[in-house]
Amino acid sequence: MPEHTFRLNGEQVTVEADDDERLLWVLRDILGVTGPKYGCGINVCKACTSHLNGKAANPCAIPVKNLRPTDEVTTIEGLPATAGTDLHPMQQAWLDQDVAQCGYCQPGQIMTAVALVRRLAREGRQITDADLDGIRNICRCGTYFRIREAIRAGAENM
Amino acid sequence: MPGLGRRRFLGYVLVAPTLVTAAELAPAPTAAAETAAAETSSRGLPSPEITELVDLNDVMTLAALPTSNLITIEVHQDGTVSFALPRAEVGQGITTSTAMLIAEEMDLPVDRVRVTLADARPELLFNQLTGASNTTISTYTPVRVAAAVARGRLLEAAARELGVPIGDLKLKAGVVTAPGGGRVGIGELAEKAAGVKARRVSVELKEREQFKVIGRPHNRIDALAAVTGRKKFALDLDVPDAKPTMVCRPPTINGKVGSVANLDEVRAMTGVTDVAVVSTGVAVRARTFGQCVNAVRALRVTWRPGTAEGKSDESVLKTLKAAEPPLGLPPLTPSVEARFTFHFRSNSALEPNCAIADVRPDRAEIWSGLKAPIVAKQAIAARLKLPPHAVTVHVTEGGGSFGRKLFFDAALEAAEISQKIGKPVKLMWHRADDSRQGRTHPMATSRVRAAYLGNTVLSYTQRHTSVSTDLGHGLGEVFTALAAKLPVGDIGFSQTFFHLSQSMPYDFGHHSRLLNETDKTFNTGSMRGVYSPDVVCARELVVDQLATKMGKDPFRFRRDFLRGERDRAVLEKVAEAGNWGRTMPADTAQGIAFHSEYHFASAVLVEIDCRPETVNRPIRDGVTGPRVTKAVLAVDAGLTVNPRGLEAQMMGCLMDGIAQTLTSSLHLRDGYFLEASWDNYFYTRQWNTPPELKIIVMPSTTDEPGGAGELGVATAMAAVACAYGRATGTMPTSFPLNHGTLSFVPKPTVPPIPASPSDGLDHTR
Repeated sequence: MPEHTFRLNGEQVTVEADDDERLLWVLRDILGVTGPKYGCGINVCKACTSHLNGKAANPCAIPVKNLRPTDEVTTIEGLPATAGTDLHPMQQAWLDQDVAQCGYCQPGQIMTAVALVRRLAREGRQITDADLDGIRNICRCGTYFRIREAIRAGAENM
Repeated sequence: MPGLGRRRFLGYVLVAPTLVTAAELAPAPTAAAETAAAETSSRGLPSPEITELVDLNDVMTLAALPTSNLITIEVHQDGTVSFALPRAEVGQGITTSTAMLIAEEMDLPVDRVRVTLADARPELLFNQLTGASNTTISTYTPVRVAAAVARGRLLEAAARELGVPIGDLKLKAGVVTAPGGGRVGIGELAEKAAGVKARRVSVELKEREQFKVIGRPHNRIDALAAVTGRKKFALDLDVPDAKPTMVCRPPTINGKVGSVANLDEVRAMTGVTDVAVVSTGVAVRARTFGQCVNAVRALRVTWRPGTAEGKSDESVLKTLKAAEPPLGLPPLTPSVEARFTFHFRSNSALEPNCAIADVRPDRAEIWSGLKAPIVAKQAIAARLKLPPHAVTVHVTEGGGSFGRKLFFDAALEAAEISQKIGKPVKLMWHRADDSRQGRTHPMATSRVRAAYLGNTVLSYTQRHTSVSTDLGHGLGEVFTALAAKLPVGDIGFSQTFFHLSQSMPYDFGHHSRLLNETDKTFNTGSMRGVYSPDVVCARELVVDQLATKMGKDPFRFRRDFLRGERDRAVLEKVAEAGNWGRTMPADTAQGIAFHSEYHFASAVLVEIDCRPETVNRPIRDGVTGPRVTKAVLAVDAGLTVNPRGLEAQMMGCLMDGIAQTLTSSLHLRDGYFLEASWDNYFYTRQWNTPPELKIIVMPSTTDEPGGAGELGVATAMAAVACAYGRATGTMPTSFPLNHGTLSFVPKPTVPPIPASPSDGLDHTR
């Protein structure tokens, strides 16, 4: 079985997996990294959202062969380290707003939020309602309103 | 417990190495319920206002009394306290509210209380069903009793330890202090306070005025685990050798395997360890779920027909219409009459149906998010032909429920597969399976007629006709056990449930509501409420019609006809906070609605925008339509344990109500549902979320807590429908509003699940 090498949460990893194995299953089933959740497997629910080189990416739609050894994959487990703290400011905002209910979608929501704020910073603009409307992550508990509040608060501290 | 006077309760100290206290999981019935039982036993016939006498939760509480066993609180040497809650946490916040109850009685910081979920405990019988918003209602007193017993024992031990009379001691933040400066932590006392023989003790509970924790907002105790990805759901558990497993499912609802052409070929695929025909399809087990997806897609199966072969929305509607009970002769006075259609809806949670099973020849172990674990345990034991005591059922944290986890479809299937192949399995339903073969809220029609004269509503008649709702998860047993005690005779479980959960809050003269159910060929279940969302939506739309006909404003009409003071208070609250009656642009409007249930009252005011530029705003692979731009919900939950948790529940109810009125449904065609994933099934998304939202928790008006999980869905659904009717000038009669337009291209049914995309790198952002 082919070997694949990439960076995961700050460390170089090498796994044996089919070329077409989606990254989600490499993370969850082979490496035991369970923060990214399965919700659809076709990149529509966004529960698995993680970061690839700092941008929001969905491991359910990325064949592991597409990763280069220098590619940095960050899951919710590795997010705090990117801020050099125990908790990323966005995670803290999530706690402050008591956003989570069942919590199943929340790792993906937080990873999406962080990537959104970074993208807006690159574009040099503030968050708008339209940006928040554009978030595609599903929350079946319906925590959407608190997510909006938390993103605005978390962005202040990023 | 009765007979001890107000606020004295009996608890237990058990024999254990450290302090373990206990209480019976059954609060004394409320005075209202006792009165009801007395009244109804002499009455003997169903009354239209049965819910005023005894609602569903009173029944569950009464049912618990004779069969209950003990729940226990344990004090540990590290100064923490633990409690295994015999309920399912699926996001509703009951682990947090339970920790708050214990912290309150024991004067502990909430973070020193660890609440876990108990395995299936058959001795608890009805006491381990999480449903009908009953958890807080039925555990509120027993949990506090056990905590109060523990507090008393700790103080006794401290008195001995410090040589100070117990009355001079203070317990605060987990530390007992004496006047002379002596102090001892509860961790140090845990062993010394332990019981050497079991004792029954009487305790007093704190009065509401003394509460420091109950009634104040508290963040969830599992929030840190949730935001760091450490919270473990069933699929995240590492059970040795429980390899990923999926099932290749039929193209129509409940179809069966005829034959499989390429079993050996699929068995030889990379990573695949097992392939086996089971009762629901063809199971595959592999090293990864990705390999399972490939194997399921590669299987060539000939399928036999399912249970709903050839059926469609149109044919089911025809069946329903034929089954509608008559409304009776038309009234001689003016009247309003309407017929509403509610389409099938999916109660999928974001965590799909899933379970881990390790079945051995002589025993089995199951892990799954289960709200009726005892029923699951019994059913799994029967399926496996094992004695129930040989089956251990662990209740895992659930990734949402909304009715789904009342059933145990995945746990039963995982057990069957594990037994068949002789290996542990981690079973996951693909989203397409969950959507197409999973349970649905049944399609229904509701006919309503209201007669009026002058300023009086003379009568209200509602005939609700529904595809049968499967209540076979334990509620049925509750009613079986109580059939003799209930004032409803033997009219059946569904009707009983209907009567118990529906009420008429308005002073509408003679009123009559009937349920008829038909067609048991679908996999159904409740969905955050069983009948209320549809029944109440229909009622509130007719209320708006009545108001118009009688020349009254919708808010003032409701306020004038509502009978209860608490009911009027929530309605007035949303009208005031939502600025009812403000001038709105054309094609936009406010809507207001009311609903009460489970000792609870709620009102919702929304504003909706139906202007073309809003309705047609572009969103890729999503539906937009009218937007609810503002929502205000007021709720009277009786005594609220955790207002923050209640707020969260109510926000979720609003999102569900918006979805049910505007966007969410399943389309039935040729014996299967067209929707196969979240890009087909349009649950509320960020672009449908009201940018302005306010939840108002009313001050506690009673000493008894209400139930929170479901109530606001009906109110929100109705308010959105009423607002839409007022914005467009046409009362909506078919739900959701967009059901007539298919907003997606249906995915194939063979193979039953789609391949994962491989273009993820092109969409990073």
